[in-house]
Amino acid sequence: MHIGMLLQMAADGMGDRVTLGSLSDGTTMAELATRARRAGTVLAGMPGERVALVDLNSEAVPIALFGAALAGKPFVPINYRLTDEQLRDLVERTAPATVITGEGVADRLGPIQGIEIIERKEFLDRTADPSVEEADPYAGDPDSVAVLLYTSGTTGAPKAAVLHNRNLTSYVISTVEFAGAGEDEASIVSVPPYHIAGISSVLSSTYAGRRVVHLEAFDPQAWVDVVRAEAITHAMVVPTMLNRILDVVAADDRGLPSLRSLSYGGGPMPLAVIERGMGLLPGVGFVNAYGLTETASTIALLGPDDHREAHAAEDPDIRARLSSVGRPLPSVEVVIRGVDGTVLGPGERGEIWVRGEQVAGEYDGLDAGPDDGWFNTRDEGHIDGGGFLFVHGRLDDVIVRGGENLSPGEIESALLEHPSVAAAAVVGIPDPDWGEKVVAAVVPAEGVVVDEDELRAFVRAALRSTRTPERIEIRPDLPFNETGKLLRRVLREELAQRFG
Amino acid sequence: MAVELKPGVRFRSAVGETEVVVIKAPAGAVDLRCGGHPVVPIGDEPPAGLSAETGFDGDTLIGKRYTDATGELELLCSKGGAGALSAGTELLVLKDAKPLPSSD
Repeated sequence: MHIGMLLQMAADGMGDRVTLGSLSDGTTMAELATRARRAGTVLAGMPGERVALVDLNSEAVPIALFGAALAGKPFVPINYRLTDEQLRDLVERTAPATVITGEGVADRLGPIQGIEIIERKEFLDRTADPSVEEADPYAGDPDSVAVLLYTSGTTGAPKAAVLHNRNLTSYVISTVEFAGAGEDEASIVSVPPYHIAGISSVLSSTYAGRRVVHLEAFDPQAWVDVVRAEAITHAMVVPTMLNRILDVVAADDRGLPSLRSLSYGGGPMPLAVIERGMGLLPGVGFVNAYGLTETASTIALLGPDDHREAHAAEDPDIRARLSSVGRPLPSVEVVIRGVDGTVLGPGERGEIWVRGEQVAGEYDGLDAGPDDGWFNTRDEGHIDGGGFLFVHGRLDDVIVRGGENLSPGEIESALLEHPSVAAAAVVGIPDPDWGEKVVAAVVPAEGVVVDEDELRAFVRAALRSTRTPERIEIRPDLPFNETGKLLRRVLREELAQRFG
Repeated sequence: MAVELKPGVRFRSAVGETEVVVIKAPAGAVDLRCGGHPVVPIGDEPPAGLSAETGFDGDTLIGKRYTDATGELELLCSKGGAGALSAGTELLVLKDAKPLPSSD
């Protein structure tokens, strides 16, 4: 299948529903489909083999995503927050292409060989012009590339993950009930368009018939205001967003009465934040979604009932599941393998491997396709006796100290158990004796003074001495990117300067 | 008239508006019908004047998935209409899928 078909089905079955914007003056599903068909013609006629987008969230995102698919060109949303040099570099790598740009972006890019620019406003005007011919919504090859997404590159240079039409459509039809959303449901999209969740939210909401309200870019107060004004029922946030939203909600004590479902993902969620959320928003069903760009979004989830059951449990094994990512979707298989490839049993830690129709696992320009359908996420994890998946962190972040593999996630969890610690990150830095040594950066809880020696003793008591950070830097914040991923590479360089 | 099915290939009914897309296909040819009459590939003109036969006169619903007893054949209905889907004379059934919580 092809993503253009998902939209056409939604337009056939739910044409009158408002799908974008406010109920009073939003765009209906039929209108969106018409504009996407025109965008198909417009984008097919523009130069280049790809359609890139360097812009904030707006209605142009779904129109361009579906339009590019109908034009038979991959859609490549690019991070507008990069430095000018990084941005130019990624756009150059995307050439030959047409780039849809937001305000001021064209000036930042300047002329680039093989790149044609169309401003968002002009693009939208052309898709609103009835004289533009409409592309065939059913044409399109399921094997063609629908989306190229640059991974965040927190550990190295960004790679472009390749998502085929069949990966995305398979994800949607196996996880979303067609027209399954009530007419009163609405979802706020505040993750940027260059994040996999920004893409999957467009596709899932369209197929479910759920109205989407875009937030141009995330701001906690604006998010809360829109949720209240638009009677938003569903939302997806990354971990750093949730705590900031909760600060706003806690301050004005007005709650979020319309909100029913709040899903989170894109990085590890501190237990304290999710418990705070469940306390402040008792009427909301929390969903933890685990997935990667390379797996076309979610592959495992911890649903609202799982959250409540774990939260209320006395049994420590059940309670621990609040830190899990739940169970794999019925449409994918997940196993844990040791480094030699053998499949490990319940409770054993290893590499998380996944297989399923939605799993792409391919990178542009590299031929490392998935092995026999199985894709190595490069995340470390284990599955408990009840089938709940726990993610411990990126294998690329594993610290090798004197031949022993140490997982930063485990040490970070131990640090976070201490009441003086609000946030913690652990990295390995070069060491002449051990190869690497363990160091940490810690953000103190508000109004608390952290004692480095006491904290080291605390970790040593919980784990053991090889896992105890040799040095801990106390600092006001940690380097995160705007979607909440810790920039370990940056932190490693900073700590190596200080403690190396 | 049995044909080889391939994921992504689309067919339409000869007795109504139904259109389907193949999601999963078994090896070998399948005698795919709607309303008791063979479906035709999208783009081909179906024979005129046919109506659903007794026993195959149910209907299809847009957005639903239909499967055979083995689960090896799976279709997605992209346009609903009169006439029930079958493989030969075996009626296809609605695929029950427990709705998942929204994660995006």
